[in-house]
Amino acid sequence: MDRNSNTYTFMFSSILVIVVALVLAFVSQATKSRYESNIEKEKMQSILATIGVNVDRNQAAVVFNDYIKQSLTLRADGSINKKVKAFNVNLHKELKKEVDKQSFPLYIAEKDGKKFYIVPLYGAGLWDAIWGYVSLDSDKNTIEGTVFDHKGETPGLGAQITEKWFQKQFKGKTILKDAKAGFTNNNFISVKTVKGGAKIGDNHGVDAISGGTKTSDGINNMIAERLAHYLIYFQNN
Amino acid sequence: MADKEGLFSKKNINLLKDPLNDNNPITVQVLGICSALAVTVQLKPAIVMAISVMVVVAASNVIVSSLRNLIPNRVRIIVQLVIVAALVILVDLTLKAYAYDISKQLSVFVGLIITNCIVMGRLEAFALANKPWASFLDGIGNGAGYGLILVVVSFFRELLGSGKLMGFEILGHKAKTIAESTGLYAIGYENNGFMLLAPMALIVVGIYIWIQRSFNSKLIEI
Repeated sequence: MDRNSNTYTFMFSSILVIVVALVLAFVSQATKSRYESNIEKEKMQSILATIGVNVDRNQAAVVFNDYIKQSLTLRADGSINKKVKAFNVNLHKELKKEVDKQSFPLYIAEKDGKKFYIVPLYGAGLWDAIWGYVSLDSDKNTIEGTVFDHKGETPGLGAQITEKWFQKQFKGKTILKDAKAGFTNNNFISVKTVKGGAKIGDNHGVDAISGGTKTSDGINNMIAERLAHYLIYFQNN
Repeated sequence: MADKEGLFSKKNINLLKDPLNDNNPITVQVLGICSALAVTVQLKPAIVMAISVMVVVAASNVIVSSLRNLIPNRVRIIVQLVIVAALVILVDLTLKAYAYDISKQLSVFVGLIITNCIVMGRLEAFALANKPWASFLDGIGNGAGYGLILVVVSFFRELLGSGKLMGFEILGHKAKTIAESTGLYAIGYENNGFMLLAPMALIVVGIYIWIQRSFNSKLIEI
């Protein structure tokens, strides 16, 4: 058969594509369960890391239950939805729904007799999704720790949100203007990254990343947007 | 076939040896520089990246070489891309399932093997015109040549940049104060943070090329 004819080219391409698709589909299915369990364990690791518990991924599942005493799913009005398991809530899907139909997962941890509230975050960076977890002290106002991760931010610039120096800055910052004025929208100020560096004594600001302004802005929006939905629950409990 | 070539004839051995020195993909052909800068901060990801590239170049070389008499000439680049992309996805899936941490460190660079010039370069220049076994050796050789540079560069960058090799603290432990530190850090040694940044990879590759050329007379251009 003439190798330069159109028929041959079409036939060759079709067969090649079908064979490649079959092989890829097979391997993807074969490795799926292992990959998903890796993702799940990493999620547990990140949640634990916000309260200063660093564990090996293989032990994450065991240690997770030691520290996380309660996993709640909240509705937009602050009530608890018992039908949905908090760990299974996919924020990527939730954020596409209207606010009053979304589920808001909340983990309550206990470490050395102290209570911590851990809120999962999800938002948009410069190129793709960014997400993370923020843990609040028992006063629900002071940040204990944060963990951030991303899908495709620029290595060396925006991708620095995964680094310790950036995440550590959040510790001790507060999300309310006046700690005693309660969890109202007016009193909620969140924590922001500040371009050019936060001033000393700024309780609501941390240093932004040089060259990663859009990613830093994404962090601001993500924290403010997510935490705002938990204010009603924090006020009532 | 009158004179059948041995599996490891002199010609075949040269296919393996040339890319390590005389025809190194990075320092002589200047291919695949981008990933060489990005994944050489630590030794471990560099080694994994080297093995991944070696597997992809060798396997795609063999596949393209076996199909070389069937591939329609007009669409050969697309066919090569499909084969390379499929192999890279296979490597990516395997890493995600069995070496998750490394797959996170390599992140976008695994995907970028597809566009690594070494892969397409070897397919066009070698696999399309040679038998599968020779192509396989050529792939392994070029993968190893690429890996050699990655390992050398990451060795110096990890040692001087963070005082570690493969994650082990070689130069002693660095604590917050000099008094609590051990090894070299106890006498006031500091890691060179510049080593961790991409420009230093370029400089280390440059020094490698300089040393290589001053020893290898074949590479001296007048």
